[in-house]
Amino acid sequence: MSLLEVTDLRVSFRTADGVVRAVRGVSFSVDAGRTLGIVGESGSGKSVSTQTLMGLTPGAQVSGEAWFDGQDLLAMPERQMRRVRGAQIGMIFQDPLSSLHPLYKVGWQIEEMIKAHEPDMSKEQARKRAVEMLGLVGIPQPDRRVDDYPHQFSGGMRQRAMIAMALALNPKLIIADEPTTALDATVQMQILDLMRRLQGEFDTALIMITHDLGVIADMADDVLVMYGGQAVEHAGRRDLYYRPHHPYTVGLLESVPSAAAGRGARLKAIAGQPPSLINLPSGCVFHPRCEYVMERCRVDEPPLDEVGGEPLSPGAAHRSACWLPHRITGLDEQAAQARRRASDEGRSVGGDER
Amino acid sequence: MSELPEGLHALPEGLHAATARPAEAAQDDVLVSAEGVVKYFPIKQGIVFKKEVARVHAVDGVDLRVRRGETLGIVGESGSGKSTLARCITGLHPVTSGRILFEGTDITKLSKSGLKAFRRDVQMIFQDPYGSLNPRRRVGSIIGDPFAIHNIADGADRKKRVQELMELVGLNPEHYNRFPAEFSGGQRQRIGVARALALKPKLIVCDEPVSALDVSIQAQVINLLKDLQDELGLTYIFIAHDLSVVRYVSDRVGVMYLGRIGESAAAEELYERPRHPYSAALLSAASIADPDEAERAERIVLIGDVPSPIDPPSGCRFHPRCPKAQERCVAEEPALVVRDGDAADHLTACHFPVEPGEVLAHEHAGISQVSTEPELPEVEQ
Repeated sequence: MSLLEVTDLRVSFRTADGVVRAVRGVSFSVDAGRTLGIVGESGSGKSVSTQTLMGLTPGAQVSGEAWFDGQDLLAMPERQMRRVRGAQIGMIFQDPLSSLHPLYKVGWQIEEMIKAHEPDMSKEQARKRAVEMLGLVGIPQPDRRVDDYPHQFSGGMRQRAMIAMALALNPKLIIADEPTTALDATVQMQILDLMRRLQGEFDTALIMITHDLGVIADMADDVLVMYGGQAVEHAGRRDLYYRPHHPYTVGLLESVPSAAAGRGARLKAIAGQPPSLINLPSGCVFHPRCEYVMERCRVDEPPLDEVGGEPLSPGAAHRSACWLPHRITGLDEQAAQARRRASDEGRSVGGDER
Repeated sequence: MSELPEGLHALPEGLHAATARPAEAAQDDVLVSAEGVVKYFPIKQGIVFKKEVARVHAVDGVDLRVRRGETLGIVGESGSGKSTLARCITGLHPVTSGRILFEGTDITKLSKSGLKAFRRDVQMIFQDPYGSLNPRRRVGSIIGDPFAIHNIADGADRKKRVQELMELVGLNPEHYNRFPAEFSGGQRQRIGVARALALKPKLIVCDEPVSALDVSIQAQVINLLKDLQDELGLTYIFIAHDLSVVRYVSDRVGVMYLGRIGESAAAEELYERPRHPYSAALLSAASIADPDEAERAERIVLIGDVPSPIDPPSGCRFHPRCPKAQERCVAEEPALVVRDGDAADHLTACHFPVEPGEVLAHEHAGISQVSTEPELPEVEQ
């Protein structure tokens, strides 16, 4: 059994415009010492799913199960959740400036968190721990900087402080939601480097949510691609990058300008816009933007089925939610042609065999 | 919204055919150049008699040239002065000193009416497609603004021209009377592009034009900008912090650090053979969407943060963080010149440039090293 096992998570919100179905049946798991990357664009449901696990989506209608260390996070009463949140599951958010309180000293905020979970700890001990944590994440002169306010820290240092806070109680799982999106390239590299080392040192499980395929390529063991509130592909890192099956994953990978593509070539963009989560398209949620759309895609929702084949690296089984034949994977022209042929057949027959 | 235009498919015929770039025809046809441009922002204290207590050295002596029809990319981290430089070039900020020549005319000395004429030739596309469009005005009137300001076309003629522009950037001309809120982020950025194109400018300064967009939409907008350049012979100054996007769109790239250009060269040359240690470190930090390559990549992790531009370091501004720094770097500011063995347009401001094949010290800003650093130069006050 994995450290965290999420099964068929569904989250929806009632709004004035209708029911927003933000997450629709997502399952994943993470083991100690491993990193799960969740990629997706705005509105894909990647942040909502993890926030729901932590009980941070008040007012949402939630179903499914999320077993963490022998307890179901979704069935847990709030009082119990408070003991898990922060202590056993740490969180790192995108914007360190708005997640640190501007009027309290950085050290005080870390101490407060420690004392909330360990009431027996003295003030001095908590402070000592805060200094130790700041030193661990590479803040120079931590015994002095512990008394600084957040505005006296630079962006990279604030994110280090957030990491210190997330790690202070030695959690088993860390959820990092776009941890480096607000940072510059060189600082991003420092922070990713730091997270990787600390993960190795403490054998923490990590869920890394980002829209940046470069960060995922660098950090994740397994990758979950989300689109329109669903998981469309789930695979080990190398399988996802070198043997992608779902046309959305293929499109995402091709939209990134790469050195190999060169200057002259046009980028292959995905036409159209992401779907509205209130009026979801019928059948496959990606079909209005998919260049390989078949008759069947407009009617039937494809299940997240195993693609099969020899995995390129140990990790999650390769699964994809697409009606295209499972043997067609990859980014090259050959795969594109095979997909085109298969979708032509699918269009004429009105169905297909896999 | 199902009737959304399918991006570039709505572009007129012929836009996809790449025409020869004017830059290749005339190598030295300089459209705009900056000479020793300096922009300081005063920090004032006091209520009645405001006294200048310090200055932010946002842009501190920048020389650059942009040839007609090319794209000059500018990369750098936040606070490096790239946006300020862009605003100086478009005349949005008066410069503290230095000259900006546009087709041979110094725009820093232009009168008000001269500036108005200049602004027909130079337009800007902004980062935030939500903040740069007035939410209470209809798209047609937003795109028609440049015509109104310059008294060019009105009535039915203006409407026709606006609709042509909308079609050109891949928007449905029937959406003329919609409000910005009815469009998605990528479409709003197209509105911004249409407005910038209205007066057929020669130069467009793009300040982080795709940073706020999702990856799949980002590619649509980049393709649009490239098609428009090929079709209309536009010159771009393209500012972005995404290093792979800049590499993809630019002919030449300049790297800024603390208000100065540390290195500039043809895009391929710079990304393949950076000479300035800062460029080397910055470019090595570019994220690579390929697991095997990411693992192979030689990452140079820099120590500490960018120092404050209020009191920049002496000599070479990068010396406190540079793995190759020596005494000379502290004392003497290096000039931006061609180094031995480099192409004629590859300029580097460094006393000890990185040699081809040289591996820079692989320092880790991780756990112990930084903590033992005596003093970090930054700390914004």
